[in-house]
Amino acid sequence: MTREEKKALAAFAARVRIGAIEGVYHAKSGHPGGSLSIADLLAVLYTQEMNIDPQNPRMEERDRFVLSKGHCAPAYYAALANRGFFPGEELKKLRQVGSFLQGHPDMKGIPGVDMSSGSLGQGISAACGIAKAALLTGKSYRVYTILGDGELEEGQVWEAAMFAGFQKLHNLCVIVDNNGLQIDGDIDTVCSPNPIDRKFEAFGFNVLNIHAHDFESIAAAFTLARAEKEKPTAIIAHSVKGKGVSFMENEAGWHGSAPNEEQYRRAMQELTEALQRCENE
Amino acid sequence: MADVIKKATREGYGEALAEMAAECSRLVVLDADLSKSTKTGSFLKVCPERFINCGIAEGNMMSVAAGLATTGLVPFASSFAMFAAGRAFEQVRNSIGYPHLNVKIGATHAGISVGEDGATHQCNEDIALMRTIPGMTIINPADFLEAKAAVRAAYEYEGPVYLRFGRLAVPVFSDKAGYRFEIGKGAVLREGKDVTIAATGLPVPFALEAAKLLEKEGIDARVLNIHTIKPLDEELILAAAAETGAIVTAEEHSIIGGLGAAVCETVCAACPVPVVRVGVNDVYGVSGPAEELLKIYGLTAENIAEKAKQALSLKK
Repeated sequence: MTREEKKALAAFAARVRIGAIEGVYHAKSGHPGGSLSIADLLAVLYTQEMNIDPQNPRMEERDRFVLSKGHCAPAYYAALANRGFFPGEELKKLRQVGSFLQGHPDMKGIPGVDMSSGSLGQGISAACGIAKAALLTGKSYRVYTILGDGELEEGQVWEAAMFAGFQKLHNLCVIVDNNGLQIDGDIDTVCSPNPIDRKFEAFGFNVLNIHAHDFESIAAAFTLARAEKEKPTAIIAHSVKGKGVSFMENEAGWHGSAPNEEQYRRAMQELTEALQRCENE
Repeated sequence: MADVIKKATREGYGEALAEMAAECSRLVVLDADLSKSTKTGSFLKVCPERFINCGIAEGNMMSVAAGLATTGLVPFASSFAMFAAGRAFEQVRNSIGYPHLNVKIGATHAGISVGEDGATHQCNEDIALMRTIPGMTIINPADFLEAKAAVRAAYEYEGPVYLRFGRLAVPVFSDKAGYRFEIGKGAVLREGKDVTIAATGLPVPFALEAAKLLEKEGIDARVLNIHTIKPLDEELILAAAAETGAIVTAEEHSIIGGLGAAVCETVCAACPVPVVRVGVNDVYGVSGPAEELLKIYGLTAENIAEKAKQALSLKK
């Protein structure tokens, strides 16, 4: 990966984080922690990995994305807006009456959203259905889905994993945002889903452990996933919840609460500086 | 009805799917390890490449079906009503209903006539559950031919449909040559002016028998087959309310939330008349032969006739 590519990815990720914080702040509600932890993954998916066309969001051959951890919609919407699916100013209307940016992804109203999601565990199953459809109809598109690590406590995730492994959905790429925190605290103190990688291996996945904030590591994992022609891939992306906003990092309390005005200013300052750094470098 | 052929509506489901396999290229059938019972096995035999066994994981199956539907395929996801509408309610609501995806839910073994398996498998709540989902169409065919017609109509219709089928072999009474099935349009099986019996599914033939019993007592009962519970044929129900002034409903379902409730809600708002509901009276079922259970829970021509007279007596 060239220095320019990395810079572009870092700038895109910074804009995703800015858009997510803008949305949650103006909505006075939403989920900043997990939105920030998936920003770098979204940057690689939406600028490099996925075959998509913002001018033609329903293009038949497009790669599909399902945000199984649908509560991290603020980051998802920011990625879509920055990729040109809709204007960026919409992000400030997140979760407000009259806006198409619903609290959780709504495929009926949001350009670029391939599947409605938000009830944990269901997105990965829908992604399996979309991947299976490609195999049934001889299409070559790929399907990506991001899950939270807390989400893995939903039994449906493992029903879907069993299905994906058994059906050999090699066009499916499951990404676990492994930030280690859920609403009630550390995933290991709530009802531990660990060891995550060994569970997916047991269900017949090609499993890759990566650093969720390292662009080369993310891109390399997607390349390996694409090369896999037998098994579905599970990328366990070791991340930092709240990544990019110092006072939100590794704090479970930022799972589902909005910053106040002072916190918003501090967060925006940090993120804007980060964006400027990658633009000026 | 001594010479009438008996066939379960689930047989109609399987047969229709198998017949449609060749011509309906977007059709995909999913099951959850019950293909022998739901009769999707008939489709599997002729079209194994478009049959997906999801194993005993109904929640996943419903969301997988939703994913398939986003690509333009038309999945029929099949299980027992208890698991399709009950266990997987939230998947049906959020993965299928909310995005209004083109998924058909083939729910067999509905109601008390499941018989020996008992209360855990006798789903008397599915219509109530499905009715609360905005945009969900609910079809409850009364016989084998109507079931087959409903499956085809559901395939041609764009949007989520809940199809309800029974395990028990029931009389085939629909006239094959003249039969037309239209979603949302009830059928007048018998004209009458004193009272209306609005029935859905398995008790429809009982409603016809009840009308004959009433006739002997000089009561002229209208009989409606309400195969589509949502959207309800309000025009037909309100005309019956206005013209006969009393209604009895009959369904193999809880009296809460099913056809009876839908009829009450409709007439209350526009043409209030007495409505007496025949159905499972807010209790669980028990194990036993289906025919016996139907008697125990009041799903008989005699009881429907009795309740029709009760409705009649309430008429102002």
